[in-house]
Amino acid sequence: MAAVAGALDLVRQVGRLGRRPAQHVLGNVGRFTYLLIDLARGLAEWRVYVPRTFAQATNIGYGSLFIVLLVAGFAGAVTSLQTGYQFTGTLPLYYAGAVISESMILELGPVLTALILAGRIGARYAAELGTMRVTEQIDALESLGRSPITHLLLPRVIAGIMVIPALTMFADATGITVGYLTAKGSLGLTYADFEYGARYFFRPLDLWYSLIKSYCFAGAVTLIPCYIGYNTQQGAEGVGRATTTAVVSASVSILLLDAVITKLLLGVK
Amino acid sequence: MIELQNISKRFLDNVVLDGVSLDVQDGETVALLGPSGVGKSVTLKMINGLLKPDSGDVIVDGLHVPRLKREELQRLRSRIGYVFQYGALFDSDTVAENIRLGITDEQQHRDEAYCAEKYPAELSGGMKKRVGIARAIAGKPKYLLYDEPTSGLDPVNADVIDGLIERLRDELGVTSVVVSHDVRGSFRVADRVALLWQAKIRAVGTAEEILASRDSAVQQFLERDLEMSLIQAEGSRGEHGA
Repeated sequence: MAAVAGALDLVRQVGRLGRRPAQHVLGNVGRFTYLLIDLARGLAEWRVYVPRTFAQATNIGYGSLFIVLLVAGFAGAVTSLQTGYQFTGTLPLYYAGAVISESMILELGPVLTALILAGRIGARYAAELGTMRVTEQIDALESLGRSPITHLLLPRVIAGIMVIPALTMFADATGITVGYLTAKGSLGLTYADFEYGARYFFRPLDLWYSLIKSYCFAGAVTLIPCYIGYNTQQGAEGVGRATTTAVVSASVSILLLDAVITKLLLGVK
Repeated sequence: MIELQNISKRFLDNVVLDGVSLDVQDGETVALLGPSGVGKSVTLKMINGLLKPDSGDVIVDGLHVPRLKREELQRLRSRIGYVFQYGALFDSDTVAENIRLGITDEQQHRDEAYCAEKYPAELSGGMKKRVGIARAIAGKPKYLLYDEPTSGLDPVNADVIDGLIERLRDELGVTSVVVSHDVRGSFRVADRVALLWQAKIRAVGTAEEILASRDSAVQQFLERDLEMSLIQAEGSRGEHGA
């Protein structure tokens, strides 16, 4: 009897252990869904969020431009050097134009930009909202009859969705330009050869693909940190935890979305 | 009128409120006293719908707060001013912008003349509390909820805030609930005092009735407050002596 009771107790404890993470995941999915619904509802109150959106967009756009262009420039240069290392003597030089431009547009531009912004904007959003939550500023806003969704979350999400694709396009252009200049310096590639290679393999879908990816990444970079920051608990430690979780979750989501979108849009089998 | 009817609230395994009932009449000021962590602030947050009770009902102006829809709750909140324990001022906004948030859109067109361009980080603790109160009363509320309005303040500033609460009660005629663990201040500003002890209301009455109470929890709380006052007085005497 004692053995049966012990076994039942063990099963109960294992069940309890399994229930907690499941409840946690389901709870987060439910709260995130409600947040999306609230954001959609809040769109009607444009008088509240539009001025704040422009302030946020200016802030994050100008603030992020330098680091995004710097990383894109180095990515273009390194791609160019590695292409030279791999292909010199085996393939015509104009292939370098194709490799540099396609890798920047299809992968490096959108993904590197999104990962940098997950660290820069995502951490900022989570820390700002988390601090506002633990210092009762969000409660204060609600107690004044104002919606935190339209005052705090919508401006941040819309600003990110406006700014991130634009930054991605700048990153694409910078990476290609620096890649070409590096190839010109190290491989002796002419502009005519570079342009020929870039045009030869270019399809308009590539640019759309880059843009669609950057919009999806913008969603991950803004929505996830906003959700995590908005639901922060337990003081300064909670804000630190929320910031780290926001950056990690947004970065992992970007990589997952990258794989899914590539499979869906480029039809790779 | 504010009515708390048999409200209960728990956070995980911690029972914070267990069948708490309290009425606050129109124009009355009630202080909710009790040691830290007994659920005073939780009770206050239930009055303006920031938290929902697990059971029981909260009725403000005849409206059942836990059952209100979002828009109804926003309308009710515009009639309730809330003074937060640490001010909860928006730190990226100036004092003027903070106060302006407490005003409805129609009022804003008339009251653009605010000139306080300082940020909350530039204010002292007492000034932050006063800005918090200014923001709470900017919308001319019918009800005012104060969460520890004098905590963290020196006795002089605490007196200023207590005086302000009295003035608001007398001049604006607002119905107020003051959450505090400061016995002396609560007795000064409140018409009635309620003692929250171990998740329940143990005593409600005027300052005289509370002082005369034979309830063991009331006596224990008052003795503890007296001890704390003596320790603080000795501490300040020591500082002055040094």
